[in-house]
Amino acid sequence: MNESLFLFSIVTTLLYSVGTVGYLIYVVRTELIIHRVAYAFLLAGFLSHSLGLALLVSQIRQMPVTTLPQTFSLFAWAIVGSYLAFQLKFNIRVLGTFVSPLAVIFMILSSAIPGRIIPTSQLFKSFWLTLHVTTIFIGNAIFALAFCAGIMYLLQERQIKTKSFGLLYRRLPSLETLDSINYVCLTFGFPLITIGLISGFVYAGAVLRSFWHWDPKEILAVITWLIYAVLLHERLAVGWRGRRAAIMAIIGFTVILVTFVGASLILKGHHGFRFG
Amino acid sequence: MDRIVLIGLNHKTAPVEIRERFNIVCVDSKGPLSDLARLPSLRESFYLSTCNRMEVLFTTPRLDEGISAVVGLLAGIYGQTGAALKPYLYTYIDQDAVKHLFRVACSLDSMVVGEPQILGQIKDAYRQATEVKASGVILNRLLHKSFSVAKRVRTETRIGSSAVSISYAAVELAKKIFGELQGKIALLIGAGEMAELAAEHLLTNGVERIVVANRTLERALALARRFNGSTVPWEEFAEELRKIDIIISSTGSPEPILTSEQVRKRMRARRNRPLFFIDIAVPRDIDPDVNHIDNVYLYNIDDLQGIVEINRAERIKEAGRAEHIIAGEALKFDAWLRTLEVVPTIVSLREKAEEIREAEVHKTLSQLDSLSGGEIEAIHVLTQSVVSKLLHDPILFLKRISTRSRKDFYLDVARKLFHLDEDQPETEEGEDQLSLDSDKAS
Repeated sequence: MNESLFLFSIVTTLLYSVGTVGYLIYVVRTELIIHRVAYAFLLAGFLSHSLGLALLVSQIRQMPVTTLPQTFSLFAWAIVGSYLAFQLKFNIRVLGTFVSPLAVIFMILSSAIPGRIIPTSQLFKSFWLTLHVTTIFIGNAIFALAFCAGIMYLLQERQIKTKSFGLLYRRLPSLETLDSINYVCLTFGFPLITIGLISGFVYAGAVLRSFWHWDPKEILAVITWLIYAVLLHERLAVGWRGRRAAIMAIIGFTVILVTFVGASLILKGHHGFRFG
Repeated sequence: MDRIVLIGLNHKTAPVEIRERFNIVCVDSKGPLSDLARLPSLRESFYLSTCNRMEVLFTTPRLDEGISAVVGLLAGIYGQTGAALKPYLYTYIDQDAVKHLFRVACSLDSMVVGEPQILGQIKDAYRQATEVKASGVILNRLLHKSFSVAKRVRTETRIGSSAVSISYAAVELAKKIFGELQGKIALLIGAGEMAELAAEHLLTNGVERIVVANRTLERALALARRFNGSTVPWEEFAEELRKIDIIISSTGSPEPILTSEQVRKRMRARRNRPLFFIDIAVPRDIDPDVNHIDNVYLYNIDDLQGIVEINRAERIKEAGRAEHIIAGEALKFDAWLRTLEVVPTIVSLREKAEEIREAEVHKTLSQLDSLSGGEIEAIHVLTQSVVSKLLHDPILFLKRISTRSRKDFYLDVARKLFHLDEDQPETEEGEDQLSLDSDKAS
């Protein structure tokens, strides 16, 4: 739509891609300097992405979720942001190797899918909607981290259980660390998507005159919430952990992806996007 | 210029009967270090002795004399003639000596490649050398360099990162399962050298305490005392599974002492916290099906041995990368050494120029007695700047020559050109070969 927006998206995608390549090299070579470079590229990509999004928001004057490409782009932004913050706090470098490709995939999807800006509607201007979008996106991005940690856990546990150690054995952190990522992500992500769902219902109730529309995305979102609720409950009550928790995190994020991509593309409803 | 020489023997060149000889001699004293320092042909010296090696590192202005003096001293320790000792010794000179020291420090020359103790031993030996002031400018720099090279090799290669003993392999696995071992409790069932070693390594790696179960109470008490832990009755050790995290089992029991079911039913009580079984016993103590329970990991002696074999192979592979780093660092050290070679020539060049300048200024000033203080000062400044500008390029030139043979040649030329060696008669160009060896002042 606009050349500078397009430029920002290209630059961001390139920076993320270089960062991802760096993270892939890091898995093989495990030299700190490689991680530093990869992290720097990811950070630069995130800054360029943030500028691009800020520019977009200043133009459309609403949350940048009016088209599917925008949504994907925002999701990639949330994933990278969550990872950068996570890395600062917990310093689990190899997690970047699993997370950064996700961001690249969403950026590429974002530019590959045709999207048409629909005219500004009052529908997208509301405190509740802003809250809904923000919390859902950050929550889902955190669950993306839990998803990656889950995959890492399964890979690592398989090596330890079967006693066959590959390249990744040394690179991947301990099972305990990976399991604690699962727990940390759950304790941050679950409250966020809970707020997200509630604010969504409040908003729907206010604008669309009804809390619940049997919209496919609504149904899937509630299923997602239930999956994470079960996981959190079982963790706290029974002490579920390790493999089961990892598998639940993977299933949960898969449902999020279906909700997010599938429901938007295929299914109709007020969460869907219309194409050109 | 001084040469760097390293004379030594190790587990590859000398049998244990000879190595232990050197070890005994120097166990209580500073060894032959002070004797070395007294040898007139040596300038700096350093002496290292461990169970597997003995190394004498020194610098000497007279190569052959230095070597035979050191070999003679070593033969004295061995109680033999130099000729009898010689077959066991290796001698490295200059660049090769530097490389050898780096390889030793990086544990590439060790019996178990990558074992970390050797660096500490070198540091101790170096401290002793500095205490008696046996080392000087060159060896100080060389040894410090060897520490930093060893550190580089350790961080940039995985030479020392993988366990090559069964008990270390078990500790490493525990770390991959539990992350930190702080706060974890280990149960030692039975006894045996390997099991006790594993328990010891777990303790030094952060495990909070060791609980001991043994069929005979005396044995249990003795082990508990050794590890500063507690005992549990033999019949009740399975109940301990609720609390403990790591089990090292090494009993002589012909039957498994723990079934999969016994473990499974206790997992809920421990809220699925991971359990790590190290079964060192043959025949095995723990039901192999235990490994199939979620969050439970079982390793027997063959599994651990398998890891050790893989790690050994990997260390050898990593050694290649380490050699590459060492070669580069040895070159860097050599470059530094060469800058050192030109220092005496530069110093005497400057001294000579200053002498001439002062003499000439003095001569002139004695004829001009009407000058003010400021004018005298100006003449000094003028002459100083003429001298230093004139010397600037030749000095820079000397510092920058990079190859050894060219350096020796030009240093010789410079000394003759400026006639820096007063004691040497001026010779005709033809009869004086610009030789490459020891006629330079240092």
